[in-house]
Amino acid sequence: MFILFRDSDTMAHFLRIKSLFAKLFSKKRSRVGIYGPPNAGKTTLANRIVRDVTGEALGPASEIPHETRRARRKEGVEIKSDSGSKLMIDIVDTPGVTTKIDYHEFLEYGMEQDEAINRAREATEGVAEAMHWLREDIDGVVYVLDSTQDPFMHVNIMMVGIIESRKLPVIIVANKIDLPDAAPQRIKSAFPQHPVVEISGLEGNNMDALYAKMAEVFK
Amino acid sequence: MIQGVQLDMISADMMSKMTSYEKIRLILDDVHNGSVVVLEKGLSPDEQGRLLEATMMEIAPGGFSGIEIETYPAFDGDKSFVQKLFGKKNKEQHLMVIGPVEQLKMLTRDKDRLIAWASAPQ
Repeated sequence: MFILFRDSDTMAHFLRIKSLFAKLFSKKRSRVGIYGPPNAGKTTLANRIVRDVTGEALGPASEIPHETRRARRKEGVEIKSDSGSKLMIDIVDTPGVTTKIDYHEFLEYGMEQDEAINRAREATEGVAEAMHWLREDIDGVVYVLDSTQDPFMHVNIMMVGIIESRKLPVIIVANKIDLPDAAPQRIKSAFPQHPVVEISGLEGNNMDALYAKMAEVFK
Repeated sequence: MIQGVQLDMISADMMSKMTSYEKIRLILDDVHNGSVVVLEKGLSPDEQGRLLEATMMEIAPGGFSGIEIETYPAFDGDKSFVQKLFGKKNKEQHLMVIGPVEQLKMLTRDKDRLIAWASAPQ
């Protein structure tokens, strides 16, 4: 469509009205944050979701804790369930949440002291950033837990409490079910009030069940 | 001189008269001094989030490494039928134990018992 305007004032007026209509009638895309303690497999899961949809990866994953030290967002990810439900969201991969960071932990992975100290500094900023996102900019949460670890750690109870107090929809993911020590039942008993989906982000097991639950919970 | 760990047990009444910022400052100042803080009534979820953020800002490599924190009873998994029926929430009424991570270690935690080990500041 081509529109001719009499003068610049008329054009500015038209653009203002157009912008107002766009704001009124455009549906805001939900931002879904992937949260959890360090090394739960958040980035592996985020990569799996984004790769399934776009073929790209969101960020590097590593066995060294706090590999993700900045929140990373991928916009416009369309989740499709087997039943045909669709959901368009932004995925936000966040740094692992913890109450303590000691640079000595990184030395055990063969890092030099300066590199370890730098990583610890960035990790503390990353945790604060993740909490800020949760307070201000997240509409729903996928909370990822390692099925081989104790789900009753205080940081998990605290984070789920914060998510509940903000009335955000949440899915608990029992990740790493491909490992022999995995006990996803413990996670289900820890959080009976929330949907729990058992997956392996690394192997891609049961991702369809997760997508179906996301389409249901975050619609 | 007696070597040991200072416990700072704070009543719910005292905490109720403080702002969120005052509570967080009191806790972190105590923890920085090597004390273990026991709150009769734990922090709200929002206050816990802010405590976490403030803790992260104060971590210094080679110095303060963060906090160990636990609530008691630890979780609400076994709510009574009446609590479930009326949706009663009592998370904020739980005891909360907070200490420097270098000195406080939680050994056992379940819904009826919390065992922690504390060492004196170095």
